[in-house]
Amino acid sequence: MSIFDLSGTVSLVTGATGGIGRATVKALADAGSTVIASDVASEGGVDGAAEYRRLDVTDEAGWTQLLAAIDADHGRLDNLVNNAGISITGSIAETSLAEWRRCQAVNVEGVFLGTRAAADLLRRSGADRRGGSSIVNLSSVGGLKGSANVAAYCTSKGAVRLFTKSAAAEYAMLKWPIRVNSVHPGGTDTAMMDAIYARYVEIGAFPDLATARATVSAGHAMGRMGSPDEIAAGIVYLCAPAASFMTGSELVIDGGMTAA
Amino acid sequence: MMQGGKLEGRVALVSGALRGIGRAIAECLAAEGAATIVTDLDAEEDAGPGSALGGIPAAAYIRLDATSEADWQAARSRVERQFGRLDILVNNVGADLTGKVQDLALEDWRRLMTLNVDTVFLGTKTFQPLLARSGASTPYGSSIVNISSIMGLVGMGEVSAYNASKGAVRLFTKSNAIEFADAGVPIRVNSVHPGFVETPLLHKGMERWAARDGTVTAAQLIAAMAQATPIKRLAQPIEIGRAVAFLASDDSSYMTGSELVVDGGWTAR
Repeated sequence: MSIFDLSGTVSLVTGATGGIGRATVKALADAGSTVIASDVASEGGVDGAAEYRRLDVTDEAGWTQLLAAIDADHGRLDNLVNNAGISITGSIAETSLAEWRRCQAVNVEGVFLGTRAAADLLRRSGADRRGGSSIVNLSSVGGLKGSANVAAYCTSKGAVRLFTKSAAAEYAMLKWPIRVNSVHPGGTDTAMMDAIYARYVEIGAFPDLATARATVSAGHAMGRMGSPDEIAAGIVYLCAPAASFMTGSELVIDGGMTAA
Repeated sequence: MMQGGKLEGRVALVSGALRGIGRAIAECLAAEGAATIVTDLDAEEDAGPGSALGGIPAAAYIRLDATSEADWQAARSRVERQFGRLDILVNNVGADLTGKVQDLALEDWRRLMTLNVDTVFLGTKTFQPLLARSGASTPYGSSIVNISSIMGLVGMGEVSAYNASKGAVRLFTKSNAIEFADAGVPIRVNSVHPGFVETPLLHKGMERWAARDGTVTAAQLIAAMAQATPIKRLAQPIEIGRAVAFLASDDSSYMTGSELVVDGGWTAR
């Protein structure tokens, strides 16, 4: 049995119709896990998913219902990937309080609500699994360093980084078999990045899309964007028994951006 | 489903690989399909099958004093001749040193820096050309994994020399990552930061600490370490080996200059 194998496990991925979400569902399934894909749309075809469930991560009742359904249908949950997130691009002066709150609600409250709702089932499932259960929270290089015109996003991802560490310490203290780690992607080729390029052009940060894309790519030591598969592979690793001594850690997958 | 290993067709070299974390790294890389070259200080005849090497499914054993540039060069010649390539270099060799700053001898300080820092430099420098050539023929290039420590991230009393050496490894790693990426050289470079791991090195170090202190036993120090770790236990060497296997594989293809912290939550607080 490979240390990266996830056979017999059940995984839940939020934001599963986005770029990284889709790649994560596929990669977890390829590793042998039964994957429940979720997102805000009422329906979504996600390759590799055993089933799709609608979930707005900011909806507390929705989380409760979804976890009850997973418990009833599968009897366990081994991996929770809190991947759902949005970006807000714009200067601080132009960011409305409503946009700010929306960003924190999806990116931060969503992680809190998911962690809280899933902890009991993760705890029960982790007791009989090598390395225990795993929560993987998607932070970002934006949770490690700041950059102009993304204050709301950076704030939210910094919060995810430290929520992760606090949850790790708490579950370890309680001796609950749940590891909690964060993943910090650099710029990744997704629809979200395309939207960010468009916003950069709209607010005048770059003259055109090509310049925005080239400049962001050049910000990585490797000189290129990451692919969603390269982020998903890191997430699978953190879910697997291979990462059994990792909790509260940051997995930085950024083509060398923050090493400089 | 998982098929075969993640490192089939790759050649790996691990320094300090006969014992402790190095041994577990070699076992993990071999288990994932890499032709794994074990190196350590023991004479070749003492490290053959049935000896200390017994149990590690290694492709070769090379005697290597990692502080000796001549030894590294000899190892490179042998690897080129016997395998023709190197995809993975794990700079694992290292030692510990504890004691109050004012009591540390300069000689001991230099010895530790030589063992923990010079070895990483020499291994990287010597094998860089071969890693670069081999990396050109794989989808995401070669991988260097340097073993730092949580002691390269946070300080601890009476560990200043070890802290300094592991901090040096952390930044050497980042500098290499940028240098190779900027030059288009297909080698990723990352560091691993283990917490307290149950190894002979840890036991010996704690025995020395206890002898110096006089009021505690090594067993009490180790129990206190486990208790002070959020996950309430020490790591097993294999848990570090698995982290290295991940960084050695194409699964970490977008990672360079990163730190993989494997510490049971120690630095999360």
